[in-house]
Amino acid sequence: MIPAGFEYHRPGDIASAIGILQEHGDEARVIAGGHSLIPMMKLRMAEMGHLVDLQAIDELKGIEVGSDTVTLGAMVTQHELITHDGLAAAIPLIREAALQIADPQVRYVGTVGGNVANGDPGNDMPGLMQCLNATFDLSGPDGNRSVAAREFYEAAYFTAREDEEILTRISIPVPGAGVGQAYEKQKRKIGDYATAAAAVMVGNGTASVAMTNLADTPVWSESASAALADGDVNGCVAAMLDAIEPVADNRGPVEFKKHVAGVMLRRAIDRAQNRAG
Amino acid sequence: MNDQTLTPEERAANLKGMGSSRKRVEDVRFTQGKGNYVDDIKLDGMLFGDFVRSPYAHARVVSVNKEAALALPGVIAVLTAEDLSPLGLHWMPTLAGDKQMVLADGKVLFQGQEVAFVVAEDRYIAADAAELVEVEYEELPVLTDPFEALKSDVVLREDLEGQTEGAHGPRKHHNHIFTWEQGDKDATEAILAEADVVAEEMVYYHRTHPCPLETCGSVASMDKVTGKLTLYGTFQAPHAIRTVVSLISGIAEHNIRVISPDIGGGFGNKVGAYAGYVCSVVASIVTGKPVKWVEDRMENLMSTAFARDYWMQGKIAATTDGKITGLWCHTTADHGGFDACADPTKFPAGFMNICTGSYDIPTAYLAVDGVYTNKAPGGVAYRCSFRVTEAAYFIERMIEVLAIKLNMDAAELRRINFIKADQFPYQSALGWEYDSGDYHTAWDKALKAVDYEGLRAEQAQRVEEFKAGKTRKLLGIGLTHFTEIVGAGPVKNCDILGLGMFDSCEIRIHPTGSAIARLGTISQGQGHATTFAQIIASEIGLPADDITLEEGDTDTAPYGLGTYGSRSTPVAGAATAMAARKIRAKAQMIAAYLLEVHDDDVEWDVDRFSVKGAPERFKTMKEIAFAAYNQAIPGLEPGLEAVSYYDPPNMTYPFGAYICVMEIDVDTGEWDVRKFYALDDCGTRINPMIIDGQVHGGVTEALAIAMGQEIAYDEMGNVKTGTLMDFFLPTAWETPNYITDYTVTPSPHHPIGAKGVGESPNVGGVPCFSNAVHDAFRPFGLVQSHMPHDHWRIWKIANGLGMHE
Repeated sequence: MIPAGFEYHRPGDIASAIGILQEHGDEARVIAGGHSLIPMMKLRMAEMGHLVDLQAIDELKGIEVGSDTVTLGAMVTQHELITHDGLAAAIPLIREAALQIADPQVRYVGTVGGNVANGDPGNDMPGLMQCLNATFDLSGPDGNRSVAAREFYEAAYFTAREDEEILTRISIPVPGAGVGQAYEKQKRKIGDYATAAAAVMVGNGTASVAMTNLADTPVWSESASAALADGDVNGCVAAMLDAIEPVADNRGPVEFKKHVAGVMLRRAIDRAQNRAG
Repeated sequence: MNDQTLTPEERAANLKGMGSSRKRVEDVRFTQGKGNYVDDIKLDGMLFGDFVRSPYAHARVVSVNKEAALALPGVIAVLTAEDLSPLGLHWMPTLAGDKQMVLADGKVLFQGQEVAFVVAEDRYIAADAAELVEVEYEELPVLTDPFEALKSDVVLREDLEGQTEGAHGPRKHHNHIFTWEQGDKDATEAILAEADVVAEEMVYYHRTHPCPLETCGSVASMDKVTGKLTLYGTFQAPHAIRTVVSLISGIAEHNIRVISPDIGGGFGNKVGAYAGYVCSVVASIVTGKPVKWVEDRMENLMSTAFARDYWMQGKIAATTDGKITGLWCHTTADHGGFDACADPTKFPAGFMNICTGSYDIPTAYLAVDGVYTNKAPGGVAYRCSFRVTEAAYFIERMIEVLAIKLNMDAAELRRINFIKADQFPYQSALGWEYDSGDYHTAWDKALKAVDYEGLRAEQAQRVEEFKAGKTRKLLGIGLTHFTEIVGAGPVKNCDILGLGMFDSCEIRIHPTGSAIARLGTISQGQGHATTFAQIIASEIGLPADDITLEEGDTDTAPYGLGTYGSRSTPVAGAATAMAARKIRAKAQMIAAYLLEVHDDDVEWDVDRFSVKGAPERFKTMKEIAFAAYNQAIPGLEPGLEAVSYYDPPNMTYPFGAYICVMEIDVDTGEWDVRKFYALDDCGTRINPMIIDGQVHGGVTEALAIAMGQEIAYDEMGNVKTGTLMDFFLPTAWETPNYITDYTVTPSPHHPIGAKGVGESPNVGGVPCFSNAVHDAFRPFGLVQSHMPHDHWRIWKIANGLGMHE
C-alpha cells in the first residue's frame, strides 16, 4: 500500500490546472477528495507522474441556491452538502443521499465533483444527478461545455469528459413544489457501496427514477420514469429491472441484486409518493 | 496515622484490588497517541524490507530476476530462498510440527506467499523495488476445496512426497496432514445405531481472520560488535520467539533480546512465526543494520494466520424425551499450504474435544482430518482457546438441529441435558475434567432476564402476522450456553515446541512500599498492567496504583509462554498470586520481628499484619517493606521479592449463557440486533469494568464473524476479501448495545478462583448470532444454513423457503 512516486501540483485557478493537464497529457490526473484515486495509487493500479490537486481553486467551490436552479462547485464536499440548509430546503434528496455516502470522516473530504466525475458505478451521486436531471459543466483547452448527467456516463470509469477537461460545476433544476423525493440504499455496512440504491422523484404528473451500482454506469430509465409518472408502480419497477445489468460480486449473485433492486425501488417510490402528499 | 481511623473495608477499597472497576492505566497513553508500537520504533540507520508476493495460489517459481531491483538507487539487497538456504533459513518449523517456506523454494502454495524480500534505505524505495523484481511462474492446478484435495492427484507438498508418517501419525493421502481421534468410536456408533432419535448435519465454520488493528511487523537489530540481536515484534509469545530464533538461527539464546512493545490487538494472529520476522533478522545479520518489516492490511489478511475453516459433520443421538445419549463428529480441517496451526503440540486440532459443550453426554467420538489446500496457512485461535469456538459452534448448532428433530424448545432441551452443579468436577466423554460450573442457575437467570416466554409468544404472533401478509420481518431468538476451556496449560500435557505451558511472575517490593511486577505474558489490549496490579494489591496490601507492571522484554521478564487462549489470568494470574503470597509469607516474619512476637502470633488484615487479639498493634506493608531494606533481621535475607513459575493443575472452564433477539427482513436479508444479553461466569472477577469491555469487544468480533466476515477464495485461489471494503469489520454503527450479566463460580484449583474471560464472548457470541438467524426461519422449515449470514445468504434462505413467491 505504498504508491509510486509522483509530482504534486496545486494550481490556484482552473486555467492553470488545465495547463498542467495539457503539459503532461496521460501522465497527469486531477485529484479532488482523493477517496477513489489514492487507494488506487496505493494499490499501484493507478500510477501517474503528476497529481493536480484542485483544493486551492476557489472557482470550484460554493453552493448557490436559486429559485430555478441549484449550482454546486465541483469541490463542494459531501459534508457541505449535508450541512447547507438552503440546499436541503430546495432539493432535500441531495442531503438524504449524501448522508448515506461512506462515513463522516470521508464526507469531510470527499467531493461531489469527484464523486460524479470518476465514473465509478458504485458512487451514489451519478445516479442521483441523473434522477435530478443535472448538467455538468466542463472546462478544457477548447473552452467550456455542458453535458447532461444522463448523457455523461459511457462505461465504468469512462465518461464524456476528455482527459484534459475538468468538471467544474453541477447545475440542478429545482424540482417544483409537490414533487416528492427519496433515496433508498442497501449496503453491507457503513462506508460500503450500494448493493442496490434507488433515487426517485415523483409528483405533479412527472417522475424520474435512477439506480446505482446495478450496471457499469448509473441507470436512469426513461420508460420506468414514464410509467411512474402515470402512476404505474409495477410498470416502473418492471422497466427498471429490465434496464439494469448487475454482476455478481461479494455482495451477492445477480438474482439477489435484481430482487433487492426491486425492493429498494419500491421503497423509494413509496416514500417519495408519501412526501409528494 | 490517618489509616488507623479507616475500617478494613475502606482500607481495602483504597487498594483498588480485586473486584474494583479500576480505570485502565494503559489508556492514558493509548488515548493520547503515546503508545509505542513496532512501527513507532526508529533506530539509527534503519533499513526497510518489503515482500514480493505470489499472485498465484499454486505455481512453480521458474526464476527470480533481481537485476532491475538491485539497480534502483537505495536498494541494499534482494533475498530469495537461494540466499537463505546456506543458512538453513529458507524453511522454518511451524508450531504444528510441520515446516513452512520462508521464501518460495521452487514453488508457491497460496496467493500472497512470500517470494523475495527487498531491503532498501526507505519504505518507498523498498516498495518500488519489489515491483521491479521479475518472477517467472508456471501455473499449477489449484485446490481450494479440502474434500477435493483429499481425492486429487495434484501433490501440493512435494517436499513431503513419500512421507506416510506426519507429526501426528499416519498420512492417508499426499494432501492429508493428520487424523486425530478422541473418545470411543465403537461405543458411539453403537449408540447411534440404537438411538430413538438421531439428528445429523454438516456444520461449516467458515475461514476468517483475526484482523487486529495493528498488522504484524518486526524490527531486527544485529549488533555485530556485541554479537547481540535485538528483535522487536508483534509477538504474543516473546519468550517462545526468543527460543525459536535461537534454535533456528544458531545465535545463543543469551545473545537474543526479544521485545514485544505495545501491541495493537492480537486475537491469535500474532502467536505464530512469520516469514517477515525471519527475513528482518537475516537482513539485519547480512547488512549489520537494523531492518524493519511491517505488513500492510492486505498482506495481513492474505498471508498471516487465518482462523477456523472446519467442516464438521455431526450426529447427535437422544431419547424421544430429549436426553442426549451420544455425540459423533468428523471434522475436515482446511489448513492451507502448510500446517501452521497454533496449538499445543499434542493437540493438532486444539481443544476441539470440548465439543460436548455444557452437556452431560455419556458417550462421544471425535475425529479430525487435517488437509493441505492452496490457501494461506494458519488455523489460529481467533479470540478463543484453541479450536474452542469451532467446538462451541458445532455443539450449539447440533443442539438446535436436535431440538427441531424432537420438536422441542431449544432452551428446554439444553436445560435437561446440562451437566448438573453437583457433577463437578465433571469428567467428559472426550477426556476433559471440567473444574466447576453451575449451568442451570446461569441459564435460568438469562431466560428470566430477557423474558424468554414473552419473546416466544411475540415470535409466534410474528409468524402469524407474516403468514397473514402483515409484515415482512421475522423475529429470531438465538440461544447459546457455552463452556470454554482456557488456561493452557498443565505441563504434563501442554507444550508448544517442547516448551511447557507454565507461566510466571516476578515481584519486587521497593523500600518505600511500591512495587514492580514482571510477567511472562504480554498484553495486546487486555489491560494486564491494570488487572495484575489488582491481584497483587489484594494479596499483599499495597495500592494497585503503586505497582508497575512490565511484560514483553525477554531480558527482564521471567520466562513464560505468552498471551493467547485466555491463558494470562488462569496461568500468569495464578503465578502472580503465588509470587505475592511468597512475599506476604516473608512479610509476616518481618512483621512478627518488628512487633516482637512469634510469627504465628500475627495475622493478615487487608494491608498489614497485626498482633492476634491486639489489632491496634500492627505493621503495614509499607512499614514492612522499608524494614526489609533497612533492618538486619536475624535469619532473614534483606530485600522483599519473589518469583513464581506456575504450572496449572488443570484448565479452567468459564461458561456463559447468551441470548440474541434479531429482526430479519426476508426481502433484503438485512438484520438488526434488537437485544443481546451476555451472562458470563469467569469465576472470581478481578475488574468488572474490564470484563465488560472484553465482553463488548468479543461479542462484536462474534457479530462480525457470524454476520459477514470471511476470507473467501475463488476457484483460482484468489482471495476475494483482501481489503476492509469486503472483509467485514463492524463500526460503531453496526455494533448493537449489549446487556452484560454474571454469575460467579470460582475455579477450585486456581489460587484466586479466576478463570479467564477475554475469549468467552467470541466463543458464545458466534453460535448465538447464528442461532438467531436460524431460529427466525425455523417456523418455516430451515434446519441448517452456513455462516457468514450476510444479506445475500439470509436472502437465499428466505428464497429457498419460498418466501419471495
